[in-house]
Amino acid sequence: MQNHIYLPLAAGFALCATGTLAQTPVLQVMTYDSFVSEWGPGPAIKTAFEETCGCEVQFIGTGDGAALLARLQLEGPRTEADIVLGLDTNLTAAARATGLFAPHGVTADLDLPITWDDPDFLPFDWSYFAFVGNAGAEAPTSLQALADSDIQIVIQDPRSSTPGLGLLMWVKTAYPDTAADLWADLADNIVTVTPGWSEAYGLFLEGEADAVLSYTTSPAYHVIAEDDDTKVAWAFDEGHYMQVEVAAKVASTDQPDLAGQFLAFMVSDTFQSIIPETNWMYPAVVPADGLPAGFDTLITPDTALLLSSEDAAAIRDEALDEWRNALSQ
Amino acid sequence: MAQRAVAIAPRWPGTAAAVLVLVLTIGTLAAVGWRAEWQRGLSPADWVVIRFTLHQALVSAMLSVVLAIPVARALARRQFAGRKVLVTLLGAPFLLPVIVAVIGLIAVFGRNGVVNTGLTWLGLPTVTIYGFHGVVLAHVFFNLPLAIRLILQGWLSIPAERFRLAASLNMPVGRLLEWPMLRNVVPGAFLVIFLICLTSFAVALTLGGGPRATTVELAIYQALRFDFDLGRAAMLAAIQFGLCAVAAALVWRVTSVDALGAGLDRVVQRWDLRWPLMDYLMIALVAVFLLMPLAMIIWRGVPGLALMPASIWAAAGRSVIVAACSALLCVTMALGLALRGGSLIAVVGVLPLAASGLVVGTGAFLLVYPVINPARLALPITILVNATLALPFALRAIAPSATAIQRDFARLGASLGLTGWAFVRIVVLPRIRRPLGFGAGLAAALSMGDLGVIALFAGEAEQTLPLAMFRLMGAFRMEAAAGAALLLLVLSFAAFWLCDQGGRADADL
Repeated sequence: MQNHIYLPLAAGFALCATGTLAQTPVLQVMTYDSFVSEWGPGPAIKTAFEETCGCEVQFIGTGDGAALLARLQLEGPRTEADIVLGLDTNLTAAARATGLFAPHGVTADLDLPITWDDPDFLPFDWSYFAFVGNAGAEAPTSLQALADSDIQIVIQDPRSSTPGLGLLMWVKTAYPDTAADLWADLADNIVTVTPGWSEAYGLFLEGEADAVLSYTTSPAYHVIAEDDDTKVAWAFDEGHYMQVEVAAKVASTDQPDLAGQFLAFMVSDTFQSIIPETNWMYPAVVPADGLPAGFDTLITPDTALLLSSEDAAAIRDEALDEWRNALSQ
Repeated sequence: MAQRAVAIAPRWPGTAAAVLVLVLTIGTLAAVGWRAEWQRGLSPADWVVIRFTLHQALVSAMLSVVLAIPVARALARRQFAGRKVLVTLLGAPFLLPVIVAVIGLIAVFGRNGVVNTGLTWLGLPTVTIYGFHGVVLAHVFFNLPLAIRLILQGWLSIPAERFRLAASLNMPVGRLLEWPMLRNVVPGAFLVIFLICLTSFAVALTLGGGPRATTVELAIYQALRFDFDLGRAAMLAAIQFGLCAVAAALVWRVTSVDALGAGLDRVVQRWDLRWPLMDYLMIALVAVFLLMPLAMIIWRGVPGLALMPASIWAAAGRSVIVAACSALLCVTMALGLALRGGSLIAVVGVLPLAASGLVVGTGAFLLVYPVINPARLALPITILVNATLALPFALRAIAPSATAIQRDFARLGASLGLTGWAFVRIVVLPRIRRPLGFGAGLAAALSMGDLGVIALFAGEAEQTLPLAMFRLMGAFRMEAAAGAALLLLVLSFAAFWLCDQGGRADADL
């Protein structure tokens, strides 16, 4: 009865499908929202890769890293994405457990402060978490010193933000047995907890707090884009927890060769030289021309802290309970 | 009394609207629950979250309504220059996107805000906005305008003849006319605001100062994004519906039915006015509270206007189209439901308020995904969801008038053979213009500022103004984002003003 309505529709879809097959192949890259925005790396990377691949790059942007994983889990094996780009090491254990990813097969000479041997997830940039404050103001030299001071900070909620989760891991790695005590000491320093990075950084710039949880590379934005050297990251004695952002090939991709080509391109000079001044992170492979001027003004922590993805996943719930209990008093 | 024996207006549009609302609220919840692997029940921490959620919603709603009554009364019975503009302006905070309003509130009440700068200058101790009272302050800021408008409409709906009669008989206006009206209007206003606060997430978290201020909606967010535990998300969303059902049932028990008969739509004249100073003081205080943060958004946004990228205009254009479509869809649905009548309205009119935006979005994604890539439907889905989420407000504005018109004019219409579409066109629409315009304005403004649904679906090409603003913030460009916030404020307000003004071109308000 109703079939005659759907027939032309189905024919239309079929036409569209054959149309795309006949045209240039499309590589779909699922990533977080700020990567795709016109100030992020997305547009320049799309142009650069399309010059060499004879394909079209389409970005699927969604929230932040955690939202990205949730979106992929919603879509499951039927996902149209060929590449997922923008997870961090706190998420890769859960991502691997979905069984949706294939080994990347790329060998690259990575410039990370740690060794990297993950067969599935390939880093494209990284940075250290750090508190960013105003130059000239009181600057504590450790997490404990910050907790003992009267300095007011804004942080992000670990349940809704990847930097927030990073701080949780930072405290847990620096103080494996006494993390709860440190959080209890920090409680009176925390002005408020925001849902995401943008709100927290905005509050800091409005003067609502003396410092904000961000990255050691954040001051580079102010130096390079605004010629403003009044924002500095604080170096802490315990060391700094790292965020390593990774990408991976989706196992069910209909463009396996193109996806592999993209991952190789990702650790090339072209891609990596776009990263510092768009994502404001360190490139995973330092380009031949070196880092942009301005990055030399940044602090470089002596100790890099990072849990393996399995350890991060294993302690996450315990660390979250400690955080929640300490801040709910 | 009201007899449903005559077929007055067509019923199917209302039924269609009700089905759509049910699909987008209960249907999306079912879709999420269907995909879930059920694991665990409620933990003690969850009970703390539920208690906090209820507590803050209760206090916020009580304060909003209690404050709104004297202000609405003052506005209803005083005539002064600029009253019309003031009434419109006072509605503005309700129309603001959450993130913009929080920026404005912090500029006034924050550590570095106007109030604390003033206190420091006077040598007084400073106050902090972060904590339970900050959450309540923000919720009152958002919802007091809605409470004022709903209660003011109640006051203006008392026919002039009754005040005339009361004056000629020297009877107390308060007990005879105003109290019954308040009993009719206030519980509904309370319920709406209670439910809005119940599903609050960003306000509660940002101003609440930490995990103490965790709401059920944040727990749902955590379940969906952090744990990818669909079962837990569905369970929490069901609890949210449960709380809503209990609240609604309690409120409907105390709401009385207005049964005094119709007036002739004359301008209200009052003979019982004393205490003009108190009235003006109330109006002035509330105006300062509500308008200061708006002034700060403008003040901070003006320098950012020049820094906005060209793409912001395309995003703004997209937002205007989304808002216009949502508003049209929303009032059509509301009118259909209001004329259809029946107990369905009461349920459908509150369901979207209790729905978790995230569950609706995720459920819609799951429903659409097997058929078509949701990114291709980003804007249509946004329109549909926004129209549904704004429906309770439009319905609340339109339903009382529509019911009253049916009650008062249906028999006359039937005796003249005026039924169906002709009745709607000739009798209903002209008399319902004011609430219709108000409802459309609300829907347009709320849709303009929505970030929830679009963020879940949009690709690069579909960015709307709130999303563009958020992307500016995410790229360190806070000044340009402040400019975009101002643009968003202006557009939301203009959309509301245009619709509202169109609706009451010849009315006395």
